[in-house]
Amino acid sequence: MAKKFLMKGNEALAEAAMRNGCRFFFGYPITPQTELAAYMAKKMPKIGGTFLQAESEVAAINMVYGAAGAGARVMTSSSSPGISLKSEGISYIAAADLPCVIVNIVRGGPGLGGIQAAQSDYFQATKGGGHGDYRLLVYAPASIQELVDLTAKAFEKADEYRNPAMIMGDGMLGQMMEPVEFSEPIDLSSLPEKEWATTGTEMKRKKNIINSLYLSPEELEYLNIKRYEKYAVIKEKEPMYEEVYTEDAELIVTAYGTVSRVALSAINILREEGYKVGLIRPITLWPFPEKIFDERSKTAKKFLSVELSMGQMVEDVERCTKGRSEVHFFGRSGGMVPGKEDIVEEIKRIY
Amino acid sequence: MPRLIFDEDKCKGCRLCTTVCPKKIVVMAEDRINAKGFHPATVKNQEECIGCKFCATMCPDCVIKIVKD
Amino acid sequence: MEVLFERPHSLSNVVNSYCPGCTHGIIHRLVAEVIDEMGIEGETIGIAPVGCSVTAYNFFEFDIQQAAHGRAPAVATGIKRVHPDKFVFTYQGDGDLAAIGTAEIVHAAARSENITVIFVNNAIYGMTGGQMAPTSLVGQVTQTTPYGRKVENQGYPLRVCELLSTVEGAAYIERVSVDSVQNIKKAKAAIRKAFECQKNKKGFSLVEVLSTCPTNWGKEPDEALEWLRENMMPHYPLGVYCDYTDKD
Repeated sequence: MAKKFLMKGNEALAEAAMRNGCRFFFGYPITPQTELAAYMAKKMPKIGGTFLQAESEVAAINMVYGAAGAGARVMTSSSSPGISLKSEGISYIAAADLPCVIVNIVRGGPGLGGIQAAQSDYFQATKGGGHGDYRLLVYAPASIQELVDLTAKAFEKADEYRNPAMIMGDGMLGQMMEPVEFSEPIDLSSLPEKEWATTGTEMKRKKNIINSLYLSPEELEYLNIKRYEKYAVIKEKEPMYEEVYTEDAELIVTAYGTVSRVALSAINILREEGYKVGLIRPITLWPFPEKIFDERSKTAKKFLSVELSMGQMVEDVERCTKGRSEVHFFGRSGGMVPGKEDIVEEIKRIY
Repeated sequence: MPRLIFDEDKCKGCRLCTTVCPKKIVVMAEDRINAKGFHPATVKNQEECIGCKFCATMCPDCVIKIVKD
Repeated sequence: MEVLFERPHSLSNVVNSYCPGCTHGIIHRLVAEVIDEMGIEGETIGIAPVGCSVTAYNFFEFDIQQAAHGRAPAVATGIKRVHPDKFVFTYQGDGDLAAIGTAEIVHAAARSENITVIFVNNAIYGMTGGQMAPTSLVGQVTQTTPYGRKVENQGYPLRVCELLSTVEGAAYIERVSVDSVQNIKKAKAAIRKAFECQKNKKGFSLVEVLSTCPTNWGKEPDEALEWLRENMMPHYPLGVYCDYTDKD
């Protein structure tokens, strides 16, 4: 039985990143994710890594662009307003096909918003917070253990697809503590060589260029088409989700992250009262698990999307259930979190 | 004896080289135009060249190579 | 046959995208000559900005990254931290460095990031067709100051060398010009000194190079050099603004 640590989400994520070869972190303080940066500041120097607090989130994401383009495993983290500032840089990183991990510990918005947990950055993460046709791999953990496991996955898939990957938590996940196990630190030399990176030609090869400017429309469109072929592969191979009681479910709740645990508590109560209710929990928000919704909408009459927002993922549920089932929404925003009783009541109202 | 070699098709006809030649032998070739449609820079009275490299130093496009036979 | 002068190896043998008589081309060559003479082409990683020199990645032979507008010093920081033993330099215009990128350049200097910055100041936005730059002179007519830059509306042109020399992390800052053969030689010496500063790990170095924009200044190339001497030099005095390269 591996050793368990009782750790705060933000810190567990930082620990997982370093164990998965992340040696460069560029960040900026913003509640509720700042402990992640503080943890990196303490631990990175001990493993020969670099922690740097930038002058702004804009500078931080561009340091990530440089380090990723130089071939390193690199990460940054922030919270909602900070991710808005980073969105231009994220578009550049996606356009230059650079692997990196971007953490968003979401807080109430819009604007300066609040500092409590929210999920109102779903559109920003999955429909493009920056400009142009690009996609991020978006992972939505619901527990500290899953947060740790998905951090490893994010680095692995970012390198595999040469694409930025986002870990989307929320204020609760960042702040709460749970027991968690860590895998052994990976051996850096085991990571695949990045021959496309700017490491210096050493006069042995042609120059490498990291760039996103293509003034010729033919070239730019060609690259977009190529990138969308990559996205098609990702959409085919990488969707992740969890299903509970959906085989006979009349009504399926869809929820991700911490609020999916509240939803599951509500579902367990209702199951005991004889309600045929199930849960689909997307783990990847992009690629969205479209197939399972297409499948379950053939049996379940109703879907209820429960989110910490005014309704964003619900649009994907509507899209993927193709009008076969009624799709409802229940949510709190601004940092408010529904209790299981609220969800029980809502389900009973529309069941 | 220094000799100027002009990569004429890279010349944009900016004339800067002609403004710095102390011997006034670097001039624009009025009798032809290059691939870009400019009169390229050239040298007349090559033998007067003292190899000071002013022309090449001032050229923004590395049009002028200077060798010594 | 002895070669007295030729294109430096690290400067790609292509026609660059600059307008006839634009001195960007000279500055590119000086950077390439210094890199050749130090024998560091294989260990150099450049960063191109957004502006006329955005496609500088086509004009050099070493690895290079193109950065978002104003962010080159941050990109350079990321690269230098990954490859501390490589030579990392940014090549930036006045809009890139002194307008949108002001925070990035100030903090790269404050961190004494061991990088070199080649800052080309031509007092105008060239790529976008001649708008006011943060270094446009008072009274200077541009697309966005059609009546001349007015202090009460657009304030004063920024003196970057003076500004950055007050930042403790700055190890070497000099302003040079490429308006004449003599000044071009001095500019090259300054660029060399900046790269040596980086080589000796002394910290942040920046060379500001006064440069021309014949097209958007609406002048012949040689007239533009004259305009630079008469108008820019008085406001942007040449010289060394800080030099701690001998300090250990």
